[in-house]
Amino acid sequence: MYVSAGLGNAARAMRVWRLVAPNIVALGAVSLVTDVSSEMITAVLPLYLVLSLGLTPLQFGVLDGMYAGVTALIRLVGGRLADRSQRHRLVAGLGYALSAACKLGLLVAGSSPVALGAVLAADRTGKGLRTAPRDALIAASSAPRDLGLSFGVHRTMDTAGALAGPLAAFAVLWAAPGAYDAVFVVSCCVAVFGVVLLVAFVRDPPIRALPRAAMSLRPLGRPGFALMCLAAALLGACTISDSFVYLLLQRRLGIAAGYFPLLPLGTAASFLTLAVPFGRLADRAGRRAVFIGGHVLLLGAYLLLRGPLAGAVLLTCVLTLHGAFYAATDGVLMAAAGPLLPGPVRASGMAVLQTAQALARLVSSVLIGAAWTAWGRPAAVTAATAGLGVAIVAAWPLLRAAR
Amino acid sequence: MSAGGGAVGGRRAWVVLAAAALLALAATAYVLRAAGRGGAATARPAAIRLDDRGRLLFRNAGSNGVLASVPLVHPGGSRVLSGLNCVRVYASAGTGVCLTVRRAAVPKIFAVILDRGLHEVRRVQLPGAPSRARVSPSGRMVSWTVFVSGDSYTSPDLSTRTGILDMRTGRVIASIEDLTLLKDGKPYRSPDVNYWGVTFAADDDHFYATVRTKGRTYLVEGDVAARTMRTLRENVECPSLSPDGTRLVFKKATGDPSRPWRLHVLELRTMGEIALAETRSVDDQAVWLDDHTVMYGRLDGGTTDVWTVPADGTGAPRLLLRNAFSPTVVR
Repeated sequence: MYVSAGLGNAARAMRVWRLVAPNIVALGAVSLVTDVSSEMITAVLPLYLVLSLGLTPLQFGVLDGMYAGVTALIRLVGGRLADRSQRHRLVAGLGYALSAACKLGLLVAGSSPVALGAVLAADRTGKGLRTAPRDALIAASSAPRDLGLSFGVHRTMDTAGALAGPLAAFAVLWAAPGAYDAVFVVSCCVAVFGVVLLVAFVRDPPIRALPRAAMSLRPLGRPGFALMCLAAALLGACTISDSFVYLLLQRRLGIAAGYFPLLPLGTAASFLTLAVPFGRLADRAGRRAVFIGGHVLLLGAYLLLRGPLAGAVLLTCVLTLHGAFYAATDGVLMAAAGPLLPGPVRASGMAVLQTAQALARLVSSVLIGAAWTAWGRPAAVTAATAGLGVAIVAAWPLLRAAR
Repeated sequence: MSAGGGAVGGRRAWVVLAAAALLALAATAYVLRAAGRGGAATARPAAIRLDDRGRLLFRNAGSNGVLASVPLVHPGGSRVLSGLNCVRVYASAGTGVCLTVRRAAVPKIFAVILDRGLHEVRRVQLPGAPSRARVSPSGRMVSWTVFVSGDSYTSPDLSTRTGILDMRTGRVIASIEDLTLLKDGKPYRSPDVNYWGVTFAADDDHFYATVRTKGRTYLVEGDVAARTMRTLRENVECPSLSPDGTRLVFKKATGDPSRPWRLHVLELRTMGEIALAETRSVDDQAVWLDDHTVMYGRLDGGTTDVWTVPADGTGAPRLLLRNAFSPTVVR
């Protein structure tokens, strides 16, 4: 298979890197560094809030859930701002800088849930602002035929940062036990370095003049792109949220709660390994096919969750498939959308697509939560599996028609 | 990287390197300073005793959440602080329980059992973040509830684990899910049951607690010796038995998301319930100050304070302790 040939082959890896524009490597480095910073916080925040400040998990749950919708909307604003000004680097940079400042905000907020909520909201705003302009920059910096590879490289670097973040947090807490403030300060320094990298090495690609009158400035006014959004939302609405997948694994295998935070690392490792090979595969075999294929892999993971496998085999297979799903869908969807979106609407179009997907996933987690409460866990998984199967069959013709 | 000539690119690289060095220096300096200030937190805890009748014990919200005490007759007076960091605390008849966190790269959570001199006599490792802690009136039985939700609190099931320790036999029931639950008289089994908020009767055998299954919560009455529990009533959470053993104060879900819980008192003989005069939402297992008054932690904007309210539905809430949580009265 292609995947195995692509791994551990230094010469091939060198060729991959040469195909990727320096701007994309720079953006990948910014994302890597920023993800180290943000995942440091994510790793310690629940413990900090509950154990150090004495908040109840429910109070934190409210804080956390309240802003999920806000992020989705801010993303649209970020895309729009970037397209209007055509200064993608500036808008993305503002997002990165805002999130960096929020790391210190955590120190200042102390134990006030309201202030903490505000800081978390600002952090999400920063993330929302930067995502769409960043992906538009990747698309604009890449040769059209290598879009899948470019996004694959970016997502690999991004995920590498996400893997390193918790390790960095644990290293700080190992050196200074209980000093959550030190984690926040180190995270802030790392985030500032990310902004420095962005300013120093990322460039706005030259705008290609396009006949403005010739096209709709509303991305959804483009029928092909609207179909793609519909397909992504349909599939998103049948995707079980990550935390629920880990919870199912934990219940099936009786994993001790202390090891629970390690499960996402398995997914990340698989995502990290497969993002580049799947990106190249998408460039050659078709991005929509790989995107659909990724959902088929996810379907496989759901089936395994209900199947006869057990123990370490089940754990390895499910996490590998789960990471492979992300590798085949996350960057690949953006790569598939790129050619449908001309420069002046690219960032806002990508924002619309990501928002549609995110909101659909939000709906799915509410629905699955309700099904779980009403029918019990196995029935909820069965329903989600059946739903995903139907969605795959329905989304394929939509995607094929999206031109 | 790509743009600009060699000289410009070279200068840019130097600026980035210098920035990296400065940031690394700042981060390292802060971590070293933070590492140096540890150690002082384990002062000797002898200032507080668990047989000092007429005093309130609580988690002091300032000073990093240490166990503190004030005289009951003068709750606004100066606080005696211990060196014990307790997320939840409770004490009765000279036995104390402190749910605490050992700070390390991977924190560990313990129920630490304390004698009257506040010395540790036993510790039990717990599988999650502290939620509730209780001791029976005689000091023999200890119970705790922790959250075991893994890493995400927004996941659809926020699980709890409730354990009971018998100090006389030394036996631990790590999870009361192992006891038999009788729902409406019939044995009931479901993988989704969660228990929390135990309160003990004076006989050191019977207890009350909350069970949640299929989206509904019930009050259960349990029997440690018989290893059974039976449901009594729906929509009762975090019960707390009065010193005379006749009533339970509990939080009742209101269905209003802006004020999710209201404190009520249940008369066990008649099963009649009354709403207390505290109209704001309370997410705590209340504690009886005496047979006529309950106290509880209430979140107000940025801080948690301890309030009291009469147990008969009359009167109005009164502030007892500012910046405090998990109150208990030494009797």
